[in-house]
Amino acid sequence: MKILVAVKRVVDYNVKVRVKADGSDVDTQGVKMSINPFDENAIEEAIRLKEKGIASEIVAVCIGNAAHQDVLRHALAMGADRAVLVENESEVQPLAVAKLLKAVVEKEQPQLILLGKQAVDDDAGQVGQMLAALLDYPQGTFASAIEIAGNEATVTREVDGGTETLALQLPAVVTTDLRLNAPRFVKLPNLMMAKKKIIETLAANTLSDDITPRVRLLRVAEPPARKAGIKVNSVTELLEKLRAHEGISL
Amino acid sequence: MSTTANKTLILAEHDGRSLSEGVYHAVAAAAFWNQPVELLVLGHDANSIAQAAATIQGVSRVIYSDSTAFAHTLAEDAAKLISQLGRDYSVILAAHSAFSRNILPRAAALLDVAMISDVLEIQANQTYVRAVYAGNIYTTVQSSDTLQILTIHSSRFPQAARTQAPAEIDTIAALPATPASRWVSEFRSQSERPPLSSAKVVISGGRSLGSAEHFEQILAPLASKLGAALGATRAAVDAGFAPNDIQVGQTGVTVAPELYIAVGVSGAVQHTYGMKDSKVVVAINQDPDAPIFQVADYGLVGDLFEVVPSLTASIQSQP
Repeated sequence: MKILVAVKRVVDYNVKVRVKADGSDVDTQGVKMSINPFDENAIEEAIRLKEKGIASEIVAVCIGNAAHQDVLRHALAMGADRAVLVENESEVQPLAVAKLLKAVVEKEQPQLILLGKQAVDDDAGQVGQMLAALLDYPQGTFASAIEIAGNEATVTREVDGGTETLALQLPAVVTTDLRLNAPRFVKLPNLMMAKKKIIETLAANTLSDDITPRVRLLRVAEPPARKAGIKVNSVTELLEKLRAHEGISL
Repeated sequence: MSTTANKTLILAEHDGRSLSEGVYHAVAAAAFWNQPVELLVLGHDANSIAQAAATIQGVSRVIYSDSTAFAHTLAEDAAKLISQLGRDYSVILAAHSAFSRNILPRAAALLDVAMISDVLEIQANQTYVRAVYAGNIYTTVQSSDTLQILTIHSSRFPQAARTQAPAEIDTIAALPATPASRWVSEFRSQSERPPLSSAKVVISGGRSLGSAEHFEQILAPLASKLGAALGATRAAVDAGFAPNDIQVGQTGVTVAPELYIAVGVSGAVQHTYGMKDSKVVVAINQDPDAPIFQVADYGLVGDLFEVVPSLTASIQSQP
């Protein structure tokens, strides 16, 4: 079984992003970029399925310019077999990403497509569901467990107030949550080997003619700060203040 | 924009027993467009839900589709139905939740619409404010699609009231269920506490609680005194102290209670994004420099293992 894993290059999870002085966008100049953490769970899961003898090949795909090769090399170093870069210089939004990935799926014909449930930059959480829609494949979102048996994926999903388990006929799209697994650390020799691997490239404009952004960014700003309150010295003082100033009966 | 499509459709979430609180927020948010608001209720034997939906003020019509396939509302079936109805509307929205995040992007793609997720503020000219980078940055964005599809951040919008004059309910036929996806089972956390997303008081615990046993021993008595729901930080969930469905924050549940008590919570932005609309925030933490104190109205620096039991006892002593 072939698995396709889509990965996004984002500002590293630990970086505190700042707004550009003119408020036009966030400042990503010189900022450390990494693979989207949720996508790392997707690669890890694909590798585990391969280690169990269920998957035979793992193809990682990323959309962007040449700089995006680094996250594909990270995927290769973790254990992906091949990497495909969909070359595109400009911004692509979730619907456009889904259209491009659909074309890659049609080319690669994977039985399972894994993606992170959301990217930690735009926090949209749409691509997996949109891709499943365009392919008319079943979807399992926010997965915390995936089991494959025959032509069926059993996916446990994290939902509000608990979990839900679905059985999906393959091919299917599954989006991964952080608790699905703990991604392995990349070993240096693997990274060195990954650097030598060839990354295939596809031009975005040959895959879809409709990837122009539909949503225009007008401005960005820091959120209004919640005003800091006061420190109290004891439980008694805390209760006194809550009762007197907030009208909370305790 | 086509003149025929001047209506708003709201995807109504429910658990088979009652409508989610978010539906009332979504109806209030929809008032922005000043056009008829229709609620879509998908369910099985859910007549009482449809009737409850019809009594929300501002709703002009309820569309109810009853099908065994909607007993668990799979995204494949729901999105297909929404995509067939969708072109009769200029706006389709829902409260942001695991339910709507699963269904609406799929429906949006079928309708070829770029969806806007988790909207904090609706402005004129198809313009919205929404957070990115875990709430660190607010963006103002403008959609160019004729049809607007969005989810709203419930706590940023008021709740619609009930009316004595219910709207009409139209029952529509369901489409054949998608055979490629099948519901198997579900696990619902059993709790006598109120639901986290709508509780008036929320007590959240962080990693400082040290263990699942402490999490329960320290926080549960206070929760039961206050009739509060329990929440947790991602660190506490990852450490196995609390179940994942009570995680408050960017990738978990968003809450906006009257009173939020953060116990041993450092205050990572991923967490505070999910609670900063709370009316009154109390933080208890041993570290005086913990970022949680920057968003707390009342901060108490101290050992939570002493402070919380003392707080619980003090509340008990009240008449």
